[in-house]
Amino acid sequence: MATKPEHLTVISGVGQSDVGRRLYRDPLELTLDACVEAIHDAGLTTADIDGIATYPGPGGDPPGFSGGGVVDVQDALRLNLGWWSGGLERPGQLGAVIDACLAVAFGLATHVLCFRSVFEGSAQGEGGRAAVMPGGGGRQAIPRASGFMEWVLPYGAPSAAPWIAMMAQRHFHEFGTTPEQLGQIAVNARKNAALNPKAIYTDPMTIEDYLNSRVIASPLRLFDCDVPCDGGTAMIVSHVDTIPDLRKPPIRVEAVGTALRGRPSWDQFDDLTTMALRDASAQLWTRTDMKPSDVQVAEMYDGFSFITMAWLEAMGFCGKGESGPFVEGGQNIAREGGVLPLNTHGGQLSSGRLHGFSFLHEACTQLWGEGGARQVPGNPEVGVACAGGGPLAGALLLTTSR
Amino acid sequence: MSDAPFRVLPRITARNEPFWASGRDGVLRFQRCQQCKYWIHPHNVMCPQCLSKDLAYEPVSGKAVVHTFTINHQPWMPVPELPFALAIVEFPEQEGLRLTTVIVNCKVDDVHVDMPVQVTFEAHEDENIWIPMFEPEKVA
Repeated sequence: MATKPEHLTVISGVGQSDVGRRLYRDPLELTLDACVEAIHDAGLTTADIDGIATYPGPGGDPPGFSGGGVVDVQDALRLNLGWWSGGLERPGQLGAVIDACLAVAFGLATHVLCFRSVFEGSAQGEGGRAAVMPGGGGRQAIPRASGFMEWVLPYGAPSAAPWIAMMAQRHFHEFGTTPEQLGQIAVNARKNAALNPKAIYTDPMTIEDYLNSRVIASPLRLFDCDVPCDGGTAMIVSHVDTIPDLRKPPIRVEAVGTALRGRPSWDQFDDLTTMALRDASAQLWTRTDMKPSDVQVAEMYDGFSFITMAWLEAMGFCGKGESGPFVEGGQNIAREGGVLPLNTHGGQLSSGRLHGFSFLHEACTQLWGEGGARQVPGNPEVGVACAGGGPLAGALLLTTSR
Repeated sequence: MSDAPFRVLPRITARNEPFWASGRDGVLRFQRCQQCKYWIHPHNVMCPQCLSKDLAYEPVSGKAVVHTFTINHQPWMPVPELPFALAIVEFPEQEGLRLTTVIVNCKVDDVHVDMPVQVTFEAHEDENIWIPMFEPEKVA
C-alpha cells in the first residue's frame, strides 16, 4: 500500500515578526521577518527553499488584508521555485499550507515557505473599523455591490461580525447556548494572552467584564471579535526525506481536512450552526487512526468567538450543540489542567488578528515545547490547528510522536 | 431625487435585474427552473438540480419566517438607523430558500427566530431598485 501523502510531509520551522496593534512598519518587512525566521528555525537557508504558498496573495482590499504575495517574497529572497501558489479562493487561510503539503507529496518542491501577513491595525489608523468599510470614514463609497456583497451591503452589513452573529443566534436558539458560555472563549483567550509576550490585550478579563462589554451584533459583544493588528507569520513544509538536514525534530502532518460539502455561502449553507468546519473536520478524521481524544492541544480560529465553538463541535471534542456546556466555567479548555487546552497564545481575540496562520504557528510551538510561560504542562505530542469560518475551513492534525 | 435613504446598491446585470426590480409591483420574485421547478437563489445561469438553462423569475408569496437574526449595533457604514435587525429569512416555497434582509416596522426587541414575516420594499425608484425587506406578518 502506498504511503499516505500526509506522511511524506513535516513542518520543519516557524517564524513570526513583531506583532502590534499599529506598528506603522512596511508590511513587506513584517512578511520577510517572519519568513526568514521560519527558514532559520528549520535550519535551512534561502537556497533550500523551492516552494511558496500564501494566503490571500497580494491585494489592497480591505486595506491591510495582505502584506505581500508570492512575487514580493520570491523576489526579495531570490528564491528558485519548483512550485508556488498564492490566493484567496481555497479552504480557509491554512488551505495554503495544505496546498504546500500537496506540492511536497507530489515532488514539485522539497521545502515550501508558507506565509500570511497583515497590517489591518495600521491601515485602519485612528479611524477604527468604519474607516475601512464601504462608504465609511476614510474610503470612497463603493458605487455598487456584487458577488456575495450583493446580498449584504444593501442591508448595511459589510462585516462578517453580523453574519457570524446570526449563526451564533441560531445556535443559541437550537441548543440553548448562553452568553456566559460563549464568553468563556474570550475569557480563556485573555488568560492565555497574559503569558504571550507578543499578545495585544493582556489585562485580566472576567466573565463579568465580558458581559459588560458593548454589543456589536447580538449575541456577539466587543470581546467576541478579534483585534486587528500588524504582523507576519510563516512556516516551512518539508519533505520527510529531509529530516536528517533539519535543525529540530520534525512535526509530522498526520491528517488534513479541506472538504466543503454544502453551499459556498454565508447565508445559504444548509446548517448555519456548523458551517464548512463540519466537512473539513469530518474529512480529517477519515484520514487517520487517531481520535479526538488523542489531541492534547487545540488551536482553533476565533475571528469571532462563536467560530471556535463550532470548531469544537465539528472536530468532535464535544457533541453537536454541546460546545456551550463544554466550555462553561472554562475548566475543560484551560491551559493548565484542561482536557483540551485551547488557543494557548490568546487566539486572535487577544493576541491579534494574524488571520489563521497564528493557530498553526502556536500548535507547532506547543508541540516543540517552546511555549515558555504559556507552555502546556506535560509537553503535548498531538495537536490540531484549524482555521476559517463560514464557508471557509481547513484543518491539520499534527504529531511529534510518530 | 427620491427620498430613499442611503444604501450601497447592487450592481445590476441582466441576471439580477428582475430580482431587484421585482418590487415595482409589490411582488417578490426568485429565479426558478422551468424544467424541474427548483427555486434558485442567488441567481445563476443553470439549474443546479437538472442543469437546465431554462430559467425564469417567478413570484413567491412574500411570506417567510425568520431563520435567524442579529440586532446590529455597530455603525459599519452609513445606515438609516441603529440598531437594526438583520435577519436570514426562509421561504415556504422550498426548504433552504433563504434571503439575508432586514426586519422593519417593528421594535428590534420583538424580532425572534421562527417569527412570521412578509415582504415590503424600500423603493430606490430612480435606480429601478426595490430592496426587499420584511415586516411582521399581518394577520388577515
